Amino acid sequence: MPDQVLYAMEVTLNGLMTGVMYSLVALGFVLIFKASGVFNYAQGVLALFAALTLVGLQNGQVPFAHVINATLGTNLSTFGWQLPALLAILLTAGVMVVLAIIIERLVLKHLVSQAPIILFMATIGLAYFLEGLGDVMWGADIKKLDVGLPQGISDTIERVTDGWFGYGFFIDNLDIVATVVAVLLVAALTIFSQYSKQGRALRAVADDHQAALSVGISLRFIWVLVWSIAGFVALVAGIMWGTKSGVQFSLSLIALKALPVLMLGGFTSIPGAIIGGLIIGVGEKLFEFIMSSPDLGGAWFGFTIGATENWFAYVLALLFLVFRPQGLFGEKIIERV
Amino acid sequence: MLYREAGDFKTTYGEDSQTFPIRFDRLGYYVTLLVAFGVIPLIINDYWASAVLLPFLIYAIAAIGLNILVGYAGQVSLGTGGFMAVGAYAVYKLMTSFPDVPILIHVLLAGFVTAAVGVLFGLPSLRIKGFYLAVATLAAQFFLVWLFNKVPWFYNYSASGQITVPQSKMLGYYITGPQTSATAKYLFCLIVLVGVAVVARNLTRGTVGRKWMAIRDMDIAAEIIGVNPLNAKLTAFAVSSFFIGIAGALFFAVYLGAAEVTEAFNIQKSFLILFMVIIGGLGSIFGSFAGAAFLVLLPVFLKNVLVGQLGWPTDLAAHLELMIVGALIVAFLIAEPHGMAQLWRLAKEKLRLWPFPH
Repeated sequence: MPDQVLYAMEVTLNGLMTGVMYSLVALGFVLIFKASGVFNYAQGVLALFAALTLVGLQNGQVPFAHVINATLGTNLSTFGWQLPALLAILLTAGVMVVLAIIIERLVLKHLVSQAPIILFMATIGLAYFLEGLGDVMWGADIKKLDVGLPQGISDTIERVTDGWFGYGFFIDNLDIVATVVAVLLVAALTIFSQYSKQGRALRAVADDHQAALSVGISLRFIWVLVWSIAGFVALVAGIMWGTKSGVQFSLSLIALKALPVLMLGGFTSIPGAIIGGLIIGVGEKLFEFIMSSPDLGGAWFGFTIGATENWFAYVLALLFLVFRPQGLFGEKIIERV
Repeated sequence: MLYREAGDFKTTYGEDSQTFPIRFDRLGYYVTLLVAFGVIPLIINDYWASAVLLPFLIYAIAAIGLNILVGYAGQVSLGTGGFMAVGAYAVYKLMTSFPDVPILIHVLLAGFVTAAVGVLFGLPSLRIKGFYLAVATLAAQFFLVWLFNKVPWFYNYSASGQITVPQSKMLGYYITGPQTSATAKYLFCLIVLVGVAVVARNLTRGTVGRKWMAIRDMDIAAEIIGVNPLNAKLTAFAVSSFFIGIAGALFFAVYLGAAEVTEAFNIQKSFLILFMVIIGGLGSIFGSFAGAAFLVLLPVFLKNVLVGQLGWPTDLAAHLELMIVGALIVAFLIAEPHGMAQLWRLAKEKLRLWPFPH
């Protein structure tokens, strides 16, 4: 096979893996949007906050050390212990549940039946707050997250593909783990929402708030539940992205990567989030590959451009929506006067 | 006793349909103008101009522009930063290509360029609605910023990728460049703002504005009573982008002087202006002013208290500031989702009945 095709195949594979990472973030959006109609901009910051908390707990950092030092003149930094990764993850999940309860109590409860744009703005305010809180609690420096996930290039795949095509593909081990985790997560969410009592209640609320209320489902409990699940999904996304690129502010910007995924897949569809993520991941990697390569984009169009990954997903989603306004799997929009 | 319609007799149609039908309001308006034009230029200094007054004036223009789109026409947009960048780069290219033309004309032309770009990105609004549209406008934000960052023609092939405003004079005074006085900057922005506000106010209470509001309230119903949605939505995008483009041009040329697109016009700017509109009040010109003033003053105030008074390190203060701004925004949305304009409306209702409310 010609080299270009092999490169393109490798890029496609890597795109699929990146797409899975986008889907992980998009999942959290979809869950909250389905259950409460809130477009939760804070999902990316939730991931950042979860990752910061995880690192902080694991390394035994003193929360708010910065503030305490500034006000009391002490010099605290760590408790001096290291927690095992699993325990730290469990504790962080607990923190996310507490956070969900607080958010419901302080914010969502008071904003019932407001216009969607107001709720959206409130989640942006929440994002600012959580971003500041994360920095104040754990410090703003870039942290390394290591919970024992394999990293680096996968030797097996390189060897196998080398045997097949005479050219070894470079695939990151972490991306493979992320794919497996995403599959498990979606399977777990599906089983939870299909077979458990709370899961059914959740789907009832997503279907019709009023009807769900009338059969005795507590909306407030469901909201806490769904924000907890979204917090857990954010934790998973935070672990993956944090291991990949370090825990830092830019982690919260992955929310912006997940938005076109949502548009493409539809705001209300979990399979949509997955497939949208894959399409966007492959699309943007291939587009970048073609447009920045002098042999392909350069030869076809007479110029090359780079760093298209920032906007390609959005423009793709925009063009797609012009033909199908509800996304791939979204509920058909029916309007009545 | 002062705030009354009673006794203020109107004898012509013109008087009856004026912007401020109540004499007290009218007086307040003239006094504000008098202070803004006659008093502040005499006492202004560089700190106040660059920390508070110029950002307020420029953000107020942008907020009026965005309010037309979001508050009056109901089309949520997150692409404001990108459209401001269009205004900034348009005015830069115009000023470097035609240095002899007065800058006011360049600023207006930059507005028209932005309006054209706005219409282009407004086209999908005919098919896409609600949050899908909001996210779709992010395409404008990212694409435009990327374009200005990557295509060297836009920044005249300068090595740093920055754009720096050339000096320019109007009526013998420097308006842009390092020699400009704070007074000149302030007055120039103020004149543009007053012009924009008068135009916006009269557009929104005329035929065009009513069409926008009909589309906002229910587009299908509006279509049935004869409002052309294509026309209404695209004019909203055009007018809104025109104002936002002017704001971007002023922000770059008069306020910053030199700008780097990924820093000056990133997505945070879009959110900031949307917050101004929401906190000020959707569908209110006064609200745009109030929101801009609130969000310009709040960080200055917090910074002064946290760093100046309490003496905390700046990075910690910046994080705390983020927390406080976020919490205040949420608290404000909970307390008054219709914004400061609604508070003002309620206050006026109370004033009308004062001191005998029953």
